[in-house]
Amino acid sequence: MKPTRTEACGNWILSRFPVTKLWNEHMAQYYAPKNFNFWYFFGSLALLVLVNQLITGILLTMNYKPDAQLAFDSVEYIMRDVNWGWLVRYMHSTGASAFFIVVYLHMFRGIMYGSFKQPRELIWIFGMLIYVCLMAEAFMGYLLPWGQMSYWGAQVIISLFSAIPVVGDDLSLWFRGDYVISDATLNRFFAFHVISVPLVLLLLIFLHIVALHEVGSNNPDGIEIKDKKGADGIPLDGIPFHPYYSVKDIVGVGVFLFFFAAVIFYAPEMGGYFLESANFIPADPLKTPEHIAPVWYFTPFYAILRAVPDKFAGVIAMGGAIVVLFLLPWLDRSPIKSVRYRGGIYKKALALFVISFVALGYLGTQPATAGAVLAARVFTAIYFGFFLLMPIYTRWEKTKPVPERVTEQPSLEDRIPAVIETFHEVTAKKSFTDTEGNTVEKLRPNPSGIANVLVRGLKKLKASLD
Amino acid sequence: MNNEGVDTSKRQFLTSALSVVGAVGTGYLAVPFLSQMQPSAKAMAAGAPVEVDISKMETGQLIRVAWRGKPVWVLNRTPAALETLNTLEYELADPLSNESIQPENSKNQGRSIKPEIFIAVGLCTHLGCSPTFRPELAAPDLGDDWLGGFFCPCHGSKFDLAGRVYRGVPAPTNMDVPPHRYITDTHIIIGEETTEEQSA
Amino acid sequence: MKKIIITLLMLLPLSTFASVGIELQSANIDVSDGDSLQRGAKNYVNYCLGCHSLKHIRYKRMAMDFGVEDNKVLAEIAPEGARIYDQMHTAMNAHDGTKWFGTQPPDLSLIARSRGADWLYSYLKSFYLDSSPTGSNNLVFEDVGMPNVLWELQGIQTPVYKEDSAGNKKLESIVLKQSGTMTEKEFDQFNNDLVNFLVYVGEPTQLERKSMGKYVLLFLLMFTVLAYFLKKEYWKDIH
Repeated sequence: MKPTRTEACGNWILSRFPVTKLWNEHMAQYYAPKNFNFWYFFGSLALLVLVNQLITGILLTMNYKPDAQLAFDSVEYIMRDVNWGWLVRYMHSTGASAFFIVVYLHMFRGIMYGSFKQPRELIWIFGMLIYVCLMAEAFMGYLLPWGQMSYWGAQVIISLFSAIPVVGDDLSLWFRGDYVISDATLNRFFAFHVISVPLVLLLLIFLHIVALHEVGSNNPDGIEIKDKKGADGIPLDGIPFHPYYSVKDIVGVGVFLFFFAAVIFYAPEMGGYFLESANFIPADPLKTPEHIAPVWYFTPFYAILRAVPDKFAGVIAMGGAIVVLFLLPWLDRSPIKSVRYRGGIYKKALALFVISFVALGYLGTQPATAGAVLAARVFTAIYFGFFLLMPIYTRWEKTKPVPERVTEQPSLEDRIPAVIETFHEVTAKKSFTDTEGNTVEKLRPNPSGIANVLVRGLKKLKASLD
Repeated sequence: MNNEGVDTSKRQFLTSALSVVGAVGTGYLAVPFLSQMQPSAKAMAAGAPVEVDISKMETGQLIRVAWRGKPVWVLNRTPAALETLNTLEYELADPLSNESIQPENSKNQGRSIKPEIFIAVGLCTHLGCSPTFRPELAAPDLGDDWLGGFFCPCHGSKFDLAGRVYRGVPAPTNMDVPPHRYITDTHIIIGEETTEEQSA
Repeated sequence: MKKIIITLLMLLPLSTFASVGIELQSANIDVSDGDSLQRGAKNYVNYCLGCHSLKHIRYKRMAMDFGVEDNKVLAEIAPEGARIYDQMHTAMNAHDGTKWFGTQPPDLSLIARSRGADWLYSYLKSFYLDSSPTGSNNLVFEDVGMPNVLWELQGIQTPVYKEDSAGNKKLESIVLKQSGTMTEKEFDQFNNDLVNFLVYVGEPTQLERKSMGKYVLLFLLMFTVLAYFLKKEYWKDIH
């Protein structure tokens, strides 16, 4: 039979470009472990946010003016005079924070299930480079609105470079292109933010995914599914990424977009965390705002910086907090990947690490009082302790047997009945007599039920940490 | 994996339904993204009607004002110039302005509300250059039969003193006459044909 | 475990930072109330626009958002000679401002977003008489360079000092000494309209944004539910 016109056109392309091969290798015949849980949504979501940032970013450059005299007003021009400019701008500003939320959860997943361990060290390194690029991108992007926080935040961070002995001052001068943050700095940050860093970012993401698809995905059990293959050469616990994970990820996309849109339409400032109130005042090189704090995604590192009394040592500590993350694959000496089969020490250490990271994040948003600095020092010590003591405690601790095949855990929807039951336990129906004398039943908290649930929860938590 | 008992029609239905919903969503998102490239409120403000005072104009004088960033000509034609408009019918491409753009109140031979005051957007209808004003008779470079008018230096289009295009030149239609109205005998608003009360 | 508890306890006092300073009175903000916004706009033009511009809002935009005709905005709100597409510029030039107040009075387009509605509301109510060059001081903004322009409406407030054991005078409260042309209730209403207008000017798109949000969320909910069923259908294969 003669091929139709469309078929012929398709064949023309297929014989010149490996569409089918690429599709099969990365989608239809890329076998991913079948036991991915909630934590595995964030990789694809990061990609979605990236696309959002690229599109809205390009639209913003059409009306933004990288000029110290015009920048602030041009942002307000976008917010008011440009058709739908407010939506594009909020999508971009909310997207920046969403990017970090998604990436932090993605990184935590990697730490939790040992996805950085052999043979995936390079994926982790590429991932960390993406994270560093993302921080550079966010930092430079934050200068562009040219508000007070933009200006003084950039001033403080660039001054950090001057702490480096010998070359420090020259380096920060070269970086700014002026003696203070100025028009020259704004213009070069614009160039970096809209083209240089995004190009590097795209390249790194490409490398991250190529490296991942070479060795295959890890999973919550930390088992190599390629070790158990069927007669057809397909991993027994593997399922094709498409359609199974593509349809699953779409659900994740829907849920994510729901929250994303809720922020954009109802709380774009997110209580001052996504858009800081001081940034609605134009940059004034003569007056620092009373309280300056970086945007929330930098605050853990900012708190570490402030916790160290010496300027240079503070910068080293802040840089070190990121460098230790790069070293993770070699710090961890445990033969086990997933936290599920590790010993109690690692679980407790991980819990402490999370608590200290969140606490440092909070402290970074607050003024540096004596108490706050002391607390930040304790948490900084825990933060570094988690990494630097890792070679000792991971080798030392007793681990649990790892199963041969991946296990099945209750999914989120399987847990719904239990959640409903807990809800019934903590509430009780009580009869009231309303003003008109009718008896109405209302749900009220049930103290004994709440106590039971709390005790049960704590016992469970303790058991899970052993 | 177990592919037995798969309800393919249900899958097909759900896939199509989700694709349609997804496409609708993308479509809705595309509207703001595309319309943000439309003129902004600032451009609209710059496009607001402009007022021109013609009380000080001499006969034969041409003044230029900017409306929506475009040059708009206001020409006070001499009686002699008005005479020439009658004689050109066979040399013009659209002498009655049937194919050209002008408000209804200016669709006449002189293409104006008042015969002597001619108002036009000073851009050639070919590719948008601004023609030069050449009122002199029999200009050496334009030929002995030149009766005065406008000449576009980019591609040689010629227009008479009512902005009507000659035959055999690249410009397809007569020059545009913008909507305008007189507030007083000597004050013109360019950019609106009627007041807002009238149009409402 | 002990370490965590100790550090957590240390964190507690940090949460009191938010309430440093004078307690603010809360403004009643409703940017969908077109009448209040129009009154606020008139108040602004009469009492504030002399010094403070609102360079990011156009009269046209206000007409659209208040749901009134362009001519009404020009006649009732805008100062003489303003055109509908104009932004709200002040008549005072920068040079005079610097000469009179030491600094150019700031543009207030975004003041509600940087200071918050409650702060503005309290600030406008908290001027009191003292011996500074402007003749007044402010409870929530100490030594402010702005004179009390609303004193005729509000009346004159004077400070009440309290002497502590060491003999230091400490400002405790302010009381109305001489009443103005408005009753307290009228003045609160006047202030509230003004602040409401400034909140609107801070982000004119906020009404549009909020009214649109529910449809977007509803749509995304539908999308997610559909995607969930599709996922469930496909994952029947996986055992």
